[in-house]
Amino acid sequence: MNKKKLSDTLNHNISIYNELANWKKYLIISIITLFFLSLYVMSFGLKSFLQQLINGIQLGSIYALIALGYTMVYGIIKLINFAHGDLFMFGAYISCFLGNYLIAQNFRFPFIVVLLVSMIITAILGMIIEKVAYKPLRFKPRLAALITALGVSLFLENFFALSPRDVPFPINKIVFGPAFLPFPALIADQTYNFAGISINNIRILNITVTILLMILLQYIVKKTMVGKAMRAVAFNKDACLMMGINIDKIISITFGIGTSLAAAAGTLFALNYGQLQSPYLGIWPGLKAFIAAVLGGIGNIPGAMVGSYLMGISETFATSINSNFGYGIAFVILIVVLIFKPAGLLGKFTKEKV
Amino acid sequence: MLKKIFLLIKNYYKFIILAIAFYVLIEMLNGTIPVLPRILTRYYMQILMFALINIIMTVSLNLINGFTGQFSIGHAGFMCIGAYTSAYFTTILFKASNMAYFPQLVLFIFSLIMGGLIAALAGYLIGLPTLRLKGDYLAIVTLAFGEVVRSIVRATDEIAVFFENIGLVRFSETISQLSGPRGLSSIPALSKFWFVYVTTILSIIVMRNFIYSTHGRACLSIRENELAAETMGVNTTRYKIISFSMSAFFAGVGGGLFAHVLRFIHPDNFSFIKSIDYLIYLYAGGMGSITGSIIAATGLTVLPEFLRVINFQQWRLVVYPLFLVILMLRKPDGIFGNREFSFLIPKRKEDH
Repeated sequence: MNKKKLSDTLNHNISIYNELANWKKYLIISIITLFFLSLYVMSFGLKSFLQQLINGIQLGSIYALIALGYTMVYGIIKLINFAHGDLFMFGAYISCFLGNYLIAQNFRFPFIVVLLVSMIITAILGMIIEKVAYKPLRFKPRLAALITALGVSLFLENFFALSPRDVPFPINKIVFGPAFLPFPALIADQTYNFAGISINNIRILNITVTILLMILLQYIVKKTMVGKAMRAVAFNKDACLMMGINIDKIISITFGIGTSLAAAAGTLFALNYGQLQSPYLGIWPGLKAFIAAVLGGIGNIPGAMVGSYLMGISETFATSINSNFGYGIAFVILIVVLIFKPAGLLGKFTKEKV
Repeated sequence: MLKKIFLLIKNYYKFIILAIAFYVLIEMLNGTIPVLPRILTRYYMQILMFALINIIMTVSLNLINGFTGQFSIGHAGFMCIGAYTSAYFTTILFKASNMAYFPQLVLFIFSLIMGGLIAALAGYLIGLPTLRLKGDYLAIVTLAFGEVVRSIVRATDEIAVFFENIGLVRFSETISQLSGPRGLSSIPALSKFWFVYVTTILSIIVMRNFIYSTHGRACLSIRENELAAETMGVNTTRYKIISFSMSAFFAGVGGGLFAHVLRFIHPDNFSFIKSIDYLIYLYAGGMGSITGSIIAATGLTVLPEFLRVINFQQWRLVVYPLFLVILMLRKPDGIFGNREFSFLIPKRKEDH
């Protein structure tokens, strides 16, 4: 036991040493980053820099919540769940309707209730999708499940975008309609000013909720039995079957947790922007978050967080220079990172063995 | 020479007869050959042209995804490059709309090939560093590539200003003529049905011949087992790049045709969603099956429009993904798996 531990620490130290051996690479990267940041500060001023940094952290925390779901699902069944962005959308709409209802009832603290209920409902939808669309394909070619995920994504978007006037009775109560919806003000908007930098209380809430959820997730994955089972299933499914772990149940729970995080992200996103454009709103945040997950090393939870914050911050900086750059920068960073680190920032590159 | 042509006809006669028969049928229904009443209006002809272009795109995507086994999902990026290059040649450089018919056609063919070549060059450049990535990571890089192309085209105004500032005025004028975020309009309608049809047939033949050649076999071996292929002396990187560039070439040609059918192109036409469409056609038809690509591209292009025609308007976008999900649950390998129609498989030589 002790020997094992010792060798583990040794291995760990060796890997750290190997990482440090690449210090030149990291030095160059950090110098380039510092150069760009100082260029930004020189041309736009420190105030604007700090303001954009806060905006970037806020955007990054939304990406992080979505990316965590992506990365958990990928880690456990190696499926890029393209429907995740649409579950984000679903969560946002559910909290919109629920928020309107609660405000009409003069409920005191609607935000917490809305967040929790929307997380639960979306988690149930996610589990149903997993049962219906992905489970039958678990031992089939992996790409078939990917196409099914695309199909589910298109279905959710187009189904909820049906106009309630055009469809018969039971369905017109479910669909959201393609129109723009204002999001209810669940929390009174207050802006604080610190030396010219304005921070919204919604932004602060956004960042705090994200961090709390991340800590909770880390706790679940690292400390509880369910988390242990999840890591085991991600590691080796066949061995799990022999150890008496109920794979179906664990995968279902993973989907539930992942989609509930997406719903939380949707609620926070909608609260921050105060509107829901259409049921197609999940496509781009979903894609960006997915890219953030890949950037950090897909299947790796801390990687998803790092990738998302990097993505959010770089995107806001680039957008403040030019909106088209802001759109493309995420992808450029991704290509550059993957060329130098093919398994993402924190991912481990496993060499193929014969 | 004559013997060679004779052999060619002998090898392809089924394919050629089928192609000509289908063409004659379409032209009859279109009313160009006045036998039947005109059923296909211009709207239907346009859908058919889109179906043909989608066939080119899907078969070329099949080359890299189905036959070489590299998972690429940024096909719309190459299409975008091809479309913009060929539209640039015909609309801006040659002003093809006020030329006689014959040189117009020659210019169009030239610009299509240029579009294809530039797309292939882009494919080569992006493939060189990224094809060593595996599986999903390669997919994401190609996706990102498609989006980068799109955002570059969207930012042509800023790029033009940048070049003007550093003194390259001619270059900046050229770039600003592409008018990225507003879309490039008044492209001459050079993609006639017969032209698109012939191009599609030629592309299918070229790609099929590639697949059944020695090089194609090398690509197949990479798909089956990359390590084993490498051990057997196949230069995997080289063949991956060849098939990636070739796939990009045909995507560029498809993009050029698309631009001249639609006559207006905007970078948002070539977004991630478009790439996903081709991916869906490919997998619905079956990976590694040209037949499947052809059938699925045609069927899935026509299906939403068919639902529109039979007054299923509001449901069509819901039925299409449902159909896809059910298809994948029932037949996870696609409609055709990796089977082919017999006329697409070359006969084995007996004397060996």
